[in-house]
Amino acid sequence: MSTQPPASANVGTSSLADGEWHRMHPLTPLFKGGLALIVIGGFLIANLRERLITWVVDLFEPGAHYDQYGGDPVDWVLSNNLAIVALLSVLGVVIVLIAVFWVIWRFQQFRITGDHVEVRKGIVFRSHRRAPLDRVQGVNLTRPFPARIIGLAKLEVVGAGNDANVELDYLATSTAEAVRADILRLASGARAARHGDAPASAPSPLSSRAQLRGEVNNGVTGMINGVDLADVAPHSVVRIPTGRLIGAELIGTLAWVIFFGLIFLISMGGVLIGTLLDGDPLGGALTIGFSLGIGVPMVLAIAGITWARISKSLRYSIAPTPDGVRITYGLLTTVTETLPPGRIFAVEVSQSLLWRPFGWWTIKINRMGGKSAAQQQSGNAQQFNIVLPVGKRADVERVLGLILPDAPASDIPLVWEHGILGPVAGDPYRTMPGRAWWRRPVSWKRHGYALTEFGLLLRRGTVWRKLAIFPLARLQGVSLSQGPIDRAQRVSGAQVHSVQGPITGSLSGLERADALELINGVSRAAVLAAARDQTHRWGEHAPAAPAPPLVVPVPGGGVPPSGYPAAYPPAPPAFGTPPAPPAFGTPPAPPAFGAPPAPPAFGAPPAPPVFGAPPVPPPVYRGAPPAPAETPAPQAPPVPPSKAEPHGE
Amino acid sequence: MWHQISPRYVVSQIVQNVIFIAVVVTVGLVAFFGFEQSWVLIPAGVVIVLTLATLIILPRQARAIGYMLRADDIVFRKGILWQRMIAVPYGRMQLVDITQGPLDRAFGVSQLKMVTAAATTGVQIPGLTQDAAEALRDTLIQVAETRRTGL
Repeated sequence: MSTQPPASANVGTSSLADGEWHRMHPLTPLFKGGLALIVIGGFLIANLRERLITWVVDLFEPGAHYDQYGGDPVDWVLSNNLAIVALLSVLGVVIVLIAVFWVIWRFQQFRITGDHVEVRKGIVFRSHRRAPLDRVQGVNLTRPFPARIIGLAKLEVVGAGNDANVELDYLATSTAEAVRADILRLASGARAARHGDAPASAPSPLSSRAQLRGEVNNGVTGMINGVDLADVAPHSVVRIPTGRLIGAELIGTLAWVIFFGLIFLISMGGVLIGTLLDGDPLGGALTIGFSLGIGVPMVLAIAGITWARISKSLRYSIAPTPDGVRITYGLLTTVTETLPPGRIFAVEVSQSLLWRPFGWWTIKINRMGGKSAAQQQSGNAQQFNIVLPVGKRADVERVLGLILPDAPASDIPLVWEHGILGPVAGDPYRTMPGRAWWRRPVSWKRHGYALTEFGLLLRRGTVWRKLAIFPLARLQGVSLSQGPIDRAQRVSGAQVHSVQGPITGSLSGLERADALELINGVSRAAVLAAARDQTHRWGEHAPAAPAPPLVVPVPGGGVPPSGYPAAYPPAPPAFGTPPAPPAFGTPPAPPAFGAPPAPPAFGAPPAPPVFGAPPVPPPVYRGAPPAPAETPAPQAPPVPPSKAEPHGE
Repeated sequence: MWHQISPRYVVSQIVQNVIFIAVVVTVGLVAFFGFEQSWVLIPAGVVIVLTLATLIILPRQARAIGYMLRADDIVFRKGILWQRMIAVPYGRMQLVDITQGPLDRAFGVSQLKMVTAAATTGVQIPGLTQDAAEALRDTLIQVAETRRTGL
């Protein structure tokens, strides 16, 4: 640690991923300490309020002598001739604060090695956090408004797990972008393969003052033009017109405003009528004034919340990069998220009734967030799972093509014609039988699933139309549940398990055979899909894989200009017609378990089927361990041995 | 092939429930005779009746619990009236956890828990013998190793 070069040497160099310890930007203590200074300033102003008032009053009315205050610390200091001591102590406090933040900054260091990103900080309570790069779920670059003006940004490496994020705050924006590129490059497994592409913005020879001025210029320019789009092809970017974004937010808000406004107006009208009838204008005026006192702040609060939501998602753009999808949003505080491929566990396209006349849709995803439980409650966490706040069908198709690049083209009609737009003739979805209609009185014709080689598609809702796509390669499990009423109706509920997020995978009232096919087919298909899936180390396989899982836009080069179909790689050989994927077809006979997918070693189950009569199997399992012969390891699908990546350079 | 849990699980659960009933009865009697609080008998009675009802269906419940190792996943089922069955692909297991309470240890049974990246999966197989739990854990880890995926 003591052998560090001066920290200012870090600024501007783009190769921070050299396995050495580095410090944050030297302005970090000032920026972090700024909060404490603001608090102290507020405290001082609150204490000097009376004095300020007097000063102002004296300024305009010199004869007024408004000096009714007493017990003011300033007065006390002046009357005891302690002015110099007071000033010195204030100066001392400021110096101590700056020193404290400087020491904190001195002790905060980060290191990026080939396999890990590490941060250590703290003086008394030291913390050393190390996150493996091959489990990186995303890299977020946040430019908070004040920091953005002086060209600072916060880098957040999203890990998988509770409170697993690694934060590098603050770095110079160009450094942060370089570090992000380095982290993603290392995580992709393509070590130094794309090294030349790293942004070569190294303005080191400039004096620090000129550099700061340049950063301020960049900050202002970025606020006008949008940020972080330098290395993506312009025509591949999906943007949302500001008008549509505001409109979509307003429609949602408007419904609530109208609802509460009606209640408010009715009560006000009642009061008014009562006042006129009673002939008691004073009491009526008081009541009206009182209710206005409630109503006006409420309107202001609603306006504030709406504005906050709008400003967060303003200037939204989503673009493909070599290391995944890059989502940028925010007007003053800009957040840039990079989602490497294969980190999306579920996707849902949905549309509320209010949006239907406009043809607007929204896309949400389930992804691993390394936030702690408290952070997940905040509004930013909601934003974290939204990929497309509002978009027309063309936008939805392009975004789906970006975030699910390895989906085969044969799934597209399943998503749109059959899926989102509801059942049409020849519906391939397994839906609720008519006898179970009462479980979903409105949407039972839509409620169902379709299983393809790539993913499991759940179609739900009529008023609030939803279509969820669970990529099989990252499916965590399937469960069935059946209560007494379900059993009487020979239906079953099902749930698809995914990581925590806004998309739940529950279905109800499926035909028994369909439910069994779900639990039998999904695991088999999931293993096959996981074996094909190369996104774990996406960069290692991209050149060699027969079906490149990425839309790789060479910076400055070409990207398929049209959206959805072109963004998909050539589909693998069609895997059966959608209505009945033969690969997973299981006989609908009751003892379906272990039938086709299971190797012969499993044999037929001696127990009756689960959903039939109660199982009373004779061979009670008494303590003997499962014989090795039963372990299905020999039947393992061909998994590339390179998956168990040796760690360490 | 469905594997079932050890019959010792039922014995262990019965002993635990009997101990619980004994505690409730003792508390109720002490409160009734020692402090003349007759109302205590009502909640105590309700608790005892409910526990007895659990005891009666316990053997039946234990027989409904089962798991099966298939080619690509482990299937776990439980429940009589409300049946639940869950399939977890091997490659998705993040960790396998064996826990054992003091009474469990006396009877030589333990609980095996599988954790995936999804919070809702929650497979807990109770009442495995110690050997079976460890063997199953080793099998699961070994199989998971061959089908490893990112998450």
